[in-house]
Amino acid sequence: MNIIVCLKQILDPLIPVRDFRIDPELRAAVQGSASLVTNIFCENALETALQLRERAGGKITVLAFGAPSAEDSLRKALAMKADDAVLVVNDGNVHPDPMAVARVLAAAIRKIGAFDLVMLGRESGDWGAGQTGGLLAEELGVASVSFVDAIEVADGESHLKLHLKRQTDTGWERVAAPTPLVVTVTNDEHNVPRIPKTRDVMMSYRQPLAKWTLDELGIDAAAVRAGGDYYRVVDLSIPVRETKCELVSGDSLEDKVSDLAARILQVTRAM
Amino acid sequence: MSDVVVFLFSSSGPDRATEGALGAARNLADSLGGRVHAVLVGASNEALMRASAAVADAVLIADDPALAEYQPEACLAALVQISRMISPRAILLGNDAYSQELAPRLAHRLGGSATGDAVELAVDDGRIRARRPVYGGKAVAVIELLQSPAVVWLRARAFAPAEARDPSGATVTRLAVDVASAGGPRIIERAVEDAGESRLEDARVIVSGGRGLGGPEPFRDLGEVASLIGGQLAASRAACDAGWAPPSWQVGQTGKKVAPGLYLAVAIHGASQHLAGISDAKVIAAINIDPDAPIFKHCSFGIVEDYRKVIPLLRTQLAAQKK
Ligand SMILES: Cc1cc2nc3c(=O)[nH]c(=O)nc-3n(C[C@H](O)[C@H](O)[C@H](O)COP(=O)(O)OP(=O)(O)OC[C@H]3O[C@@H](n4cnc5c(N)ncnc54)[C@H](O)[C@@H]3O)c2cc1C
Repeated sequence: MNIIVCLKQILDPLIPVRDFRIDPELRAAVQGSASLVTNIFCENALETALQLRERAGGKITVLAFGAPSAEDSLRKALAMKADDAVLVVNDGNVHPDPMAVARVLAAAIRKIGAFDLVMLGRESGDWGAGQTGGLLAEELGVASVSFVDAIEVADGESHLKLHLKRQTDTGWERVAAPTPLVVTVTNDEHNVPRIPKTRDVMMSYRQPLAKWTLDELGIDAAAVRAGGDYYRVVDLSIPVRETKCELVSGDSLEDKVSDLAARILQVTRAM
Repeated sequence: MSDVVVFLFSSSGPDRATEGALGAARNLADSLGGRVHAVLVGASNEALMRASAAVADAVLIADDPALAEYQPEACLAALVQISRMISPRAILLGNDAYSQELAPRLAHRLGGSATGDAVELAVDDGRIRARRPVYGGKAVAVIELLQSPAVVWLRARAFAPAEARDPSGATVTRLAVDVASAGGPRIIERAVEDAGESRLEDARVIVSGGRGLGGPEPFRDLGEVASLIGGQLAASRAACDAGWAPPSWQVGQTGKKVAPGLYLAVAIHGASQHLAGISDAKVIAAINIDPDAPIFKHCSFGIVEDYRKVIPLLRTQLAAQKK
């Protein structure tokens, strides 16, 4: 099984709201004191891939398109025991739209070579477009399945080699799928990303890591640097939401909970 | 063309989501000076057809047996064929998992541009713009779609229903599609997790538990509180990731977007990604041991206390005060 996992490095999405700032001119978040992390769903995808490799064997290549700092995300993935890493360096300073990203990833994947499975996070914790997987599948001309949380290799000779479990609005589905295939991965109790060992983190810095430029990929690099021609962010703002929370009153815990119950019933009775 | 197509899966609705999607389509078509084509995909659904006819100019029924149960490749092929027949300026879908799965691929095949989770649509000098939460709900962006058609999946419940008109004004047509050759992945098993009486999206009261519960058992106690007030259970991502609650209970940016009359958050911190799923709740209440938990900045009332002390008392109090 040849697996390619795409990873995106983003500003830590868990920083508190009070520390979150934007640059209205650039229409993007300001890094400030936030650190850079791998998008959690990309790590869920890598974890799912690692578990698949434990059962079915094969090779995992991690691929990132991003600023030079995205090397850190790839090193961490190597420490989690991905086999190979490729960074396509984005030397532009506009956040590329999902189609531009899909085109870059598709070109890089063609350069990497034959694959059975490309895995991505369902969406990123920054812009959360939720499109890169679907667009990439179309660029590569293969089918895709979204919201996958587990993958098995099916027994038997069927061309539907993979059995995927994926989440729906009301539960889950099992999907039989051929390779090559693109899947987007969502979180589940079984694909919480493993924490790499300190020793493996240190080792990862000695492993080879390929760095490719946009110009090497035979795509319209200038268009990518300009952000793409799929969509444009024309405004970005921070919504002001203020609610005043009234803490329940009372001298004893009993009194407080009594007040809480009364308030709850006041709301439900008015419905 | 300036027409708008809205794809509705006939397995659901009519409900607030299909009403919102139809309302959004009506408004957008009126701004563009075009017509609304409501396309019902899947097994026939009389009630949804009538609701669509009261808003759309044309109702198209795509009830090919191959579409009765969702299969991604067949459904995508059908949506592409139907879109090409109509050549709309914009295509709207809901926020369900299937629509999210299809929309980007549909846009790609039609040479259009997509965006999703839209809470507002606007036409500016002929260009279609969608407002959507980004950065885990910490910011809101306006996205301008550069290619046509614009494909947008909507947070449908955020859109006002259209005023119903005389349904006999709409044409109703059955559409033949050719999806026999669509190979690829096949759904071979479907499972529905018990979510309670209605879908979380439609629940009037929700009692939701977070990582602070410390384990799966407390959800049973929350269930008892919920049943006393006609509520359903939900959870934060952390509680789902821990395996204490099924993934379909997850509320938030990447879970259910809910709009209950009351959302009671128990041992939930109030991360922006969680709040992104409850912004349409009318009243939010919280039980949290930490007075600085951000949930308290977003709720109407709450109690700073260990939930383990509060829940048993709350159960008794609710039962007593209900009388
Ligand atoms: C891309 C992305 C998407 C995400 N999508 C979602 C999503 O859809 N939904 C979602 O929920 N999260 C989502 N998250 C995760 C989110 O950022 C938070 O990590 C998560 O919501 C935290 O869950 P929690 O509040 O239950 O846990 P914690 O943050 O651990 O908070 C636990 C809370 O319980 C309280 N507590 C502890 N013990 C007690 C006690 N005995 N009594 C009372 N209170 C107690 C604590 O004070 C604390 O406030 C997403 C994150 C990312 C990066």
